[in-house]
Amino acid sequence: MTDSLTPPRRKDPLKMTRAGHVPPTLRSRAAKAMAVRAGQGRFVLQACDSCAAAVYPPRDRCPTCWGPLSWRDQPQGAEIEAETMIRTTTDLFFRKHLPWRIGAARLDAGPMAIVHLHGDVRQGDRVCMELKLDRGGNPALFAMPEVETPNMQDDPQLRVFTADPKYRRILVTDGRGPVGQAVAQALIKAGAQTVFLGNADPLMRFPGQEQVAALEDAELVPLNLTDTRSTRELATQLGGRVDIVVNTVGLTRVGGVVFGGKLTDLQAGFDTEVTGLMRLAQAFGPAMSGRSDDGVNAASAIVDVTSVYGLTGKAGFAGAAASAAARLSLIAGLRGEMQRSGIRVMSVLTGPVDDDRHQHVPPPKTPPVQIAKAVVEALIKGQETTCAGDMAKDVMDRWQSDPLLAIREENQ
Amino acid sequence: MNQSLLSDLAEALSSGQVRCVDLTNTLSPDFPVMVLPPELGQCAPFRMETVSRYDENGPAWYWNNISLNEHTGTHFDAPAHWVTGKDLPSNTVDAISAQEFMAPAAVIDISTEAATDHNFVVTREFLENWERDNGTVPPRHWIALRTDWHKRVGTPEYLNLKEDGAHSPGPDAGAVEFMVHERDCVGLAVETVGTDAGQAIHFNPPLPAHSILHGNGRFGLQCLTNLDKLPTFGAIIVACPLKIEGGSGSPLRVIAMIQGEAT
Repeated sequence: MTDSLTPPRRKDPLKMTRAGHVPPTLRSRAAKAMAVRAGQGRFVLQACDSCAAAVYPPRDRCPTCWGPLSWRDQPQGAEIEAETMIRTTTDLFFRKHLPWRIGAARLDAGPMAIVHLHGDVRQGDRVCMELKLDRGGNPALFAMPEVETPNMQDDPQLRVFTADPKYRRILVTDGRGPVGQAVAQALIKAGAQTVFLGNADPLMRFPGQEQVAALEDAELVPLNLTDTRSTRELATQLGGRVDIVVNTVGLTRVGGVVFGGKLTDLQAGFDTEVTGLMRLAQAFGPAMSGRSDDGVNAASAIVDVTSVYGLTGKAGFAGAAASAAARLSLIAGLRGEMQRSGIRVMSVLTGPVDDDRHQHVPPPKTPPVQIAKAVVEALIKGQETTCAGDMAKDVMDRWQSDPLLAIREENQ
Repeated sequence: MNQSLLSDLAEALSSGQVRCVDLTNTLSPDFPVMVLPPELGQCAPFRMETVSRYDENGPAWYWNNISLNEHTGTHFDAPAHWVTGKDLPSNTVDAISAQEFMAPAAVIDISTEAATDHNFVVTREFLENWERDNGTVPPRHWIALRTDWHKRVGTPEYLNLKEDGAHSPGPDAGAVEFMVHERDCVGLAVETVGTDAGQAIHFNPPLPAHSILHGNGRFGLQCLTNLDKLPTFGAIIVACPLKIEGGSGSPLRVIAMIQGEAT
């Protein structure tokens, strides 16, 4: 049984903050391909197209028959055949977190693998394998108990591979909208210590204001992502004590490229969503980078909630889809930059949100609570890309199997 | 041209016999702008991005890119701003004669009424009574409504936007017709975010200040401050909008020259 996580004590000002080291990034294309799938929460191994053998670690050809390899989802079961405790290492991150338990797992898929062990897993146990991303964005196999154990998510080794909101201080950028409000409530329920909710216009009332004010662990803070000064000023106040940033700001514009699209809307949308994301990253990124290994409430993740139509474009929402595409592009760049300091950068992709801006869109739509659930899930799993709801999953599936076809489908 | 007139003015400015009062609110990202229903086009607030500040982007100089709507902050409304003025000659800020940018002002103090009634409506009858007490407004004056609304800047009570709309004082159609046709005003100058009352969309006709002023080639000045520092008569307002090609209005620095005491 895992000891329940204790709320972090306030920091000793005489103690130097532990530097957020990350393991070296794996260079092989095969390892990166495994990381991409790990980021989606999939459990995959390569399998040989010729002899069907599953392969681990990632390789370029089948070690048995030299056949070509393809990534396949695999059964997650395994048995721990051996375990050991690492007590010394030259790795700059792990040497600060010793001792560290690893084991040899016989995967149900076939291969034997060296894996990280959850604290409740022992030699001889059946386990459920998860494919995680380490702090450097590398794929790593993690053995979880087969059956849920008390406080399972509080395992200190597991928390290194996640951005679990428990006891963390979280900034949600748009507290005026239904998505931000739902995300805040879900994060508090998931154990967040404090949720700071951005208010882009503190002088103007907004729907849900009373409910937000009544949330015990939430606090409204002035934040307007279209205003560099506002964003920087909040970062000077909170930058050193925000562990997770969830960007829920969105400005949906209805209209096409030629027909029904307004240039001022497009500009405002890009400024809010794209330049705004850049402002947010520039304001909060540096301070978070310096605290990525700072104990229980170490800075751990930036999450961007955006439309799945950034992958494909969308008829009738051309501007909104274009800014979502730009956000996804920025997020990809940001992920690479923040990876160097161990901060995870995640995308939660949504279908059409069930809000006033999509009132003419027929169901199914994505309710804010579903987005909130996906944000919490992404953080708990440490997942890079998470689809909120079936609409987003459907678009993502079609895009992954045939990107050009999905683009055509969504724009005709 | 009488050169001594300008020399006298220069000397009066230098000696303090003529003082300049700044009637302009500071342009900042926080300054509120007109709010319209979300489905309509919106007025962009003031924004500023630093290009360089004695740094790697410009080691010895500091400058910013700014963006804003023509009607953000203390601003000038040209006749073309409203549909009623769309076909008038010289109806945009670049086409208006510079001669129009300096004019005397008559300051009508409704701050007491506005304090007790946020929806206080200035009527023709009110103006006639005011003139009986203060004197007739001469032609080609700005008519400035002092409401002390500028003291609300930085609070929700400035826009005063409730669930049934904004609540702020302004004129009805009869008052605006009187100002334009019987007093030949240059325009209407106010401290509120618009020349019309907050609830003027529900007036009959709606938004009479915008409609009548601009339909008759008159101007608007909005989001002013310090009107409480002006005399009822005797101030000269200097309001020069930016020369924006085809512009419907412009943010600007508005000052008033008033009688001072020589130092």
